[in-house]
Amino acid sequence: MSLGPAEVKNIAHLARLDIDESLIPDYAKNLSDILAFVEQMNAHATEGVEPMAHPLDMSQRLRPDEVTERDQRELFQRIAPATEAGLYLVPKVIE
Amino acid sequence: MHDKTITELAAALKAGEFSSVELTEALLRRIEAHNPELNAFITVTREPALQAAREADAARAAGKAGPLTGIPIAHKDIFCTAGVRTSCGSKMLDSFVSPYDATVVEKLKAAGVVMLGKTNMDEFAMGSSNETSYYGPVKNPWKLDAVPGGSSGGSAAAVAARLVPGVTATDTGGSIRQPAAMCGISGLKPTYGRVSRYGMIAFASSLDQGGPMARTAEDLALLLNNMAGFDPRDSTSVEHVVPDYTDGIAESLEGLKIGLPKEFFGEGLDPEVGQVVEAAIKEYEKLGAEVREVSLPNSKLSVPVYYVIAPAEASSNLSRFDGVRYGYRCENPVDLEDLYKRSRGEGFGAEVKRRIMVGTYALSAGYYDAYYLKAQQLRRLIRDDFVRVFEEVDVLMGPTSPTVAFNIGERSDDPLQMYLSDVYTIAVNLAGVPGLSIPAGFAKGLPVGLQVIGNYFSEAKLLNVAHKFQQATDWHLATPEGF
Repeated sequence: MSLGPAEVKNIAHLARLDIDESLIPDYAKNLSDILAFVEQMNAHATEGVEPMAHPLDMSQRLRPDEVTERDQRELFQRIAPATEAGLYLVPKVIE
Repeated sequence: MHDKTITELAAALKAGEFSSVELTEALLRRIEAHNPELNAFITVTREPALQAAREADAARAAGKAGPLTGIPIAHKDIFCTAGVRTSCGSKMLDSFVSPYDATVVEKLKAAGVVMLGKTNMDEFAMGSSNETSYYGPVKNPWKLDAVPGGSSGGSAAAVAARLVPGVTATDTGGSIRQPAAMCGISGLKPTYGRVSRYGMIAFASSLDQGGPMARTAEDLALLLNNMAGFDPRDSTSVEHVVPDYTDGIAESLEGLKIGLPKEFFGEGLDPEVGQVVEAAIKEYEKLGAEVREVSLPNSKLSVPVYYVIAPAEASSNLSRFDGVRYGYRCENPVDLEDLYKRSRGEGFGAEVKRRIMVGTYALSAGYYDAYYLKAQQLRRLIRDDFVRVFEEVDVLMGPTSPTVAFNIGERSDDPLQMYLSDVYTIAVNLAGVPGLSIPAGFAKGLPVGLQVIGNYFSEAKLLNVAHKFQQATDWHLATPEGF
């Protein structure tokens, strides 16, 4: 699989990454090399093999639906780039 | 006193030969003298360390000291430490002061350790050479123009240079074992789920595992005793009894069945590294072990499988860094999308962006089955190989990495070459079994690591196997010149 500049830009957009235009060819080459490398996987038949998501084949534990955390909003917002009145500030979304 | 192991330091503190404050002062002076050259620490926490040392001495005076009370350690900068910057080696988190402690940090604090600082690492633990760190590369104490390995390169270099006797680290594809090998120290990656991931910044959640690094297996056991255990705050933490890992560490290896996976001794292995590993295995035969060849036929697919699964999980985990709640935010964003894109584009380094993009692609509509699902199927076949061989043998042995430490800059332009440094360690993470690396000798003047792999939850056996080797040999005592 070889990726061109347009595909790299689309992936960068999906990942919400701003990539400098001048670096797109480098990323295209590196990503194409990596994808070509991982395609070795296709030479091996895996029909009927159950995909493994957890090395011990365990599933997510559930806990009782109870409040376990205390409110630490001020502590957490102290490290935020911009807050006001307990809210996180971002550029205007709706005109 | 900097040349003592944790076990020796604990005995000396107990005997009153020196105090934790004196020990902490001495190591802080060493860090201040050597860190400008090595770059092993991102943050040194002098005042809090001295405060913790005073408290440890007071606890000892009050008769309340445990085995690790007053022992200085350092944490890889991937573990959240309350009130102390936790950068994960990234510009993205350069200003991030964690509001809470990781479970590992909390447990070790409760055991009375003294944190000297936070160690350097590849950015978000993505790398095998410590060259992707925002804070610059770490130097290998054995050869200053060589890499220390990665991603826990700062942790490994700090122990090798005798700046600190033990450290915490993490291993997603080899990040404890490979730098331990390249720096000539001991490092253990426990069974997946053995050590809590809470507060350990996530890279690939189905592979990430925290563990200790130190000079000896005995020290690893002491640290693991205070790191392992079930944690309800980590949804993948495993409820499994935690033994005292120092129990049985000196047991005889008579009759131990060692398997040598033939795939770990083939093409790509530096012959000089291979010779050192073979000599180490001979030593085990002298200790009464039986050696036989085994096969992990699917392990050759580990690197490609890993480079689908790890980036896929990373692309999802790293989506939390958005410039809104914490971490880096770009200047003057024009709208929300610009805020996301530029904060992430400017905050992440090249390798992190590369992996996020590979993962995004592998998970995107139309490609999921061909990449992620396929990789997960092969992961099961890789795991099944281990399950099968552990029906025949007690442990597996082989080289930790195919080469000794390479030079800084030598592989940094070629991601695929870099990835092959972990060719023998990655399968272990995919299977979720424990593995450790211990110093086994030297090739080209640089340390070579012996990797020992065990069945699920066999950490105590691995430490026993490593300890007996260290009783019979003295490779783990070798110190780099100038340190």
